[in-house]
Amino acid sequence: MTRPVLIKGADLLGRGRADVLVREGRVAEIGTPGAAGAEVVDADGLVLLPGLVDLHTHLREPGREDAETVRTGTRAAAKGGYTAVCAMANSYPVADTAGVVEQVAALGRAAGYADVQPIGAVSVGLAGERLAEIGAMAHSAAKVRMFSDDGHCVADPRLMRRALEYVKTFDGLIAQHAEEPRLTEGAQMNEGAVSAELGLPGWPAVAEEAIIARDVLLAEHVGARIHFCHVSTARSVGIIREAKARGVAVTAEVCPHHLLLTDAKAHTYDPVYKVNPPLRGDADVAALRAALAEGVVDVVATDHAPHAPQDKDCEWSAARPGMLGLETALSITVAALGGPDGADWDLVAERTSRAPARIAGLADHGRDPEPGTDANFTLVDPSRSWTVDPAALASLSRNTPYAGMELPVTIQATFLRGRATVLDGKPAETAEETQ
Amino acid sequence: MKHLLTAKQLTRDEAELILDLTGQMADAVSGREVPKLPTLRGRTVVNLFYEDSTRTRTSFETAAKRLSADVVNFSAKTSSVSKGESLKDTALTLQAMGPEAVVIRHPASGAPQRLTQWVDGAVLNAGDGTHAHPTQALLDAYTMRRRLGGIEGRTVAIVGDILHSRVARSNVWLLSKLGARVRLVGPPTLLPTDIDDWPVEISYDLDASLRDADAVMMLRVQRERMNDAFFPTANEYSRLYGLDERRLALMPGHAVVMHPGPMNRGMEIAADVADSPRATITEQVANGVWVRMAVLYLLLTNGEVR
Repeated sequence: MTRPVLIKGADLLGRGRADVLVREGRVAEIGTPGAAGAEVVDADGLVLLPGLVDLHTHLREPGREDAETVRTGTRAAAKGGYTAVCAMANSYPVADTAGVVEQVAALGRAAGYADVQPIGAVSVGLAGERLAEIGAMAHSAAKVRMFSDDGHCVADPRLMRRALEYVKTFDGLIAQHAEEPRLTEGAQMNEGAVSAELGLPGWPAVAEEAIIARDVLLAEHVGARIHFCHVSTARSVGIIREAKARGVAVTAEVCPHHLLLTDAKAHTYDPVYKVNPPLRGDADVAALRAALAEGVVDVVATDHAPHAPQDKDCEWSAARPGMLGLETALSITVAALGGPDGADWDLVAERTSRAPARIAGLADHGRDPEPGTDANFTLVDPSRSWTVDPAALASLSRNTPYAGMELPVTIQATFLRGRATVLDGKPAETAEETQ
Repeated sequence: MKHLLTAKQLTRDEAELILDLTGQMADAVSGREVPKLPTLRGRTVVNLFYEDSTRTRTSFETAAKRLSADVVNFSAKTSSVSKGESLKDTALTLQAMGPEAVVIRHPASGAPQRLTQWVDGAVLNAGDGTHAHPTQALLDAYTMRRRLGGIEGRTVAIVGDILHSRVARSNVWLLSKLGARVRLVGPPTLLPTDIDDWPVEISYDLDASLRDADAVMMLRVQRERMNDAFFPTANEYSRLYGLDERRLALMPGHAVVMHPGPMNRGMEIAADVADSPRATITEQVANGVWVRMAVLYLLLTNGEVR
C-alpha cells in the first residue's frame, strides 16, 4: 500500500483552491480532507491541470536510441507536465506490427514516467503501398486506435480511403501527415519570400492544404474519423473550420513551434529551425493561434523530434527535420492562448489534456480531478518564468529551437496515478512499474 | 567586414570600395614583369571546393597567389569528404591548420554561413547552392563599370533560370544597391515565388525586355530542367529565352552581353552572340581575378596594408 498524498491549496484548473487527497493512485477526496499520515505537497500558488497528453511524440526507440529512448523521452514528457504520450510509428523497425507496438508500450510501462500509447503505421514500412496489419495492432495488448505514417503522407488516395474505412471496425482513426509529396520534392523550408532569398527549395503551403481538402472529402465520403497532424497554414485552418461546420468527424493538432516561430529563423541557416512541416509566416502563426483559441484546432501536440548532434550540426539541407517539444509545450501554449496573466486554464486543459485524451481514446487521462478518477495531473507555477537551457533538458537530445528564450510558467510537479514523476521541477530519479 | 557571405550584406560604400580596389589591383599587377604583390606573404588561403568548378577555383587560386599568399586546395573529390566526413569535421580539421581565409564552394545554400561557426579565419563564399555568389556579382559589376562607364541608372536584364541561380540572386542585391535598374526575365516556372519585395522588375517577355537594356546577363540553363517540367523542351526554351542575333539587334548599340559561364551554346546563347565583340564573357573571367584579389586583400588586411 502506497502512502496517501495530500496536495494542498492548488487552484484546480483556475476554478478555485482546494486540497486534493490521493489514495491508491486515485483521487479520494477534494475540498478540505483531513489526511493523517499523508505525504503533503504544498501547492500554494500553483495551478492543477489534468496531466497533459501528447498526441504526437517521437520516442526514437527502437532504432535511434542515440537520440532518445522511451525512458528519456517519457522523462522529458513528465518534466513537461505530461502523463501520457502517443508514440509515433516511425521507429526502426517501423511500428507496423503487433510485436513492435507491444514492445514500445512495455518499454513505457517499465520506465514509468508516462503512459505510452503506441501509434501504428498505416502502411507497411511507411511505404504508402499496402496496409499494415492494422487489426492485429488494434487487438494487441497495446490496443492501438490511432494510425499514422507520420513523416510521410498517405498520398495515395485509394490507400487513404481504405485505411479510413478499415479503422471504423474499432472506432480507430487515421492521423494524416498532410504533405502532397510531388509538391515538396527536395523542399527545405516554407516557400515564400525567405526561401526565395535564401535559395532553399520551398515547401508550399498548398502541399498541405491540398491533402487536407482531399482527406476531409474522403473522410466525409466514407463516414470515418480523420485527424490532421501538425497543421501549419492559415488556409488549412479554413478548410478544417468549414469541414467541422458541415459535421465531418475531423480533428486537428498544432505544434507549439508553429504557434511561436516563423520562417524568418531560417536566415540563420541553423538547422535547429528545420522542421516538417516547416515554420511558416506571421499570418499563419496568427491564424493558428486564433484557431486554437476557437477550437477549430482541437489540440496542441508537440511533434517532439529528438535528433543526434550530427544530424543537426551540419548544413541546412543535410540536417534532419524536427525539434524537441515536450518540455516547452505548455509554456508556449499558455502564451499562445494569451497567458500567463489571466490565462484561461480550463481552455489550456482542454487543448493539452482532455481533447487529446478523447481523440486518442485514453479514458484514464484528460480527466478533471474528481473522486474516483486516476490521479494524473500536473502542478504549474503560473508566476514563474524560465530560460531554456538545452543542456538542462531531460531529453537525450539538445535540438530545441528555444535555447536562451524566456518562457512563461514552470511545471512544478507531475503525478501519474498518484505517484510523483516530477517533484519540485525535477524528474523522479528512479521510476518503477506503474501498471 | 570579417567574411564575405552574400552580396546582400554589402553596403553601397563597401561595394564601391571593393570595385575601386579591383581597379587598383588590375593596374598594380598588369604592368609588372612578375605579376605579383607581396601583400599576403606568409598567409594561408584554403580553397574548400565541394563542387567541380575549375574556373572559379583557378580564379581564386590565381588571385591569392598574385597576392603572394600560400594556397591549399582542398577538393571534395580527393579528400576524406568523399568518405562521408561532415562539413563540421572538415572545418575543424582545416581550423587546426590555422588558415587566415577559407574560400568555400558548396552545393548546400548557407554552408559558408555555417562554416563561420567552426573556423576562425575569414570565410569567403565562392558559391553556395542556389543562394549567393558574391564575387561573381562583384566581377559582373566591375565589368559593367568598365564597359558602360558606371552602374547607376543603367538597366540590366538578367535572363533565364533565376530560381536556381545564385548568380542572379547576388546580382539583384548588388546591382540594385549600386543604383542599377534590374529586370528579371524568364518563364514563371523559373522565377522564385514571393519576390514582390525584391528591388526588381519582372518580365516574361525577352524581346520587350531588351530594347532599353544596357546589359543583358544570360544565365546557364540546365537541359535536365525540362525533365522536371520547368519548360517543355530545350528548343522551346531557346526560342523564347535564348539570345540570338535577331534579339541582339533589338538592344541599343552600346549594350553588352554577359554570361557567368559555363555557357550552353545554342541553348541560352547563340554561338555567334557569345563570340561577338558585344559579349564580355572572357573579360568577366579576367576581371574575376582582380575582384578576388581585392576581396582577399580587404578580408585579410582590413585594408591596412597597402
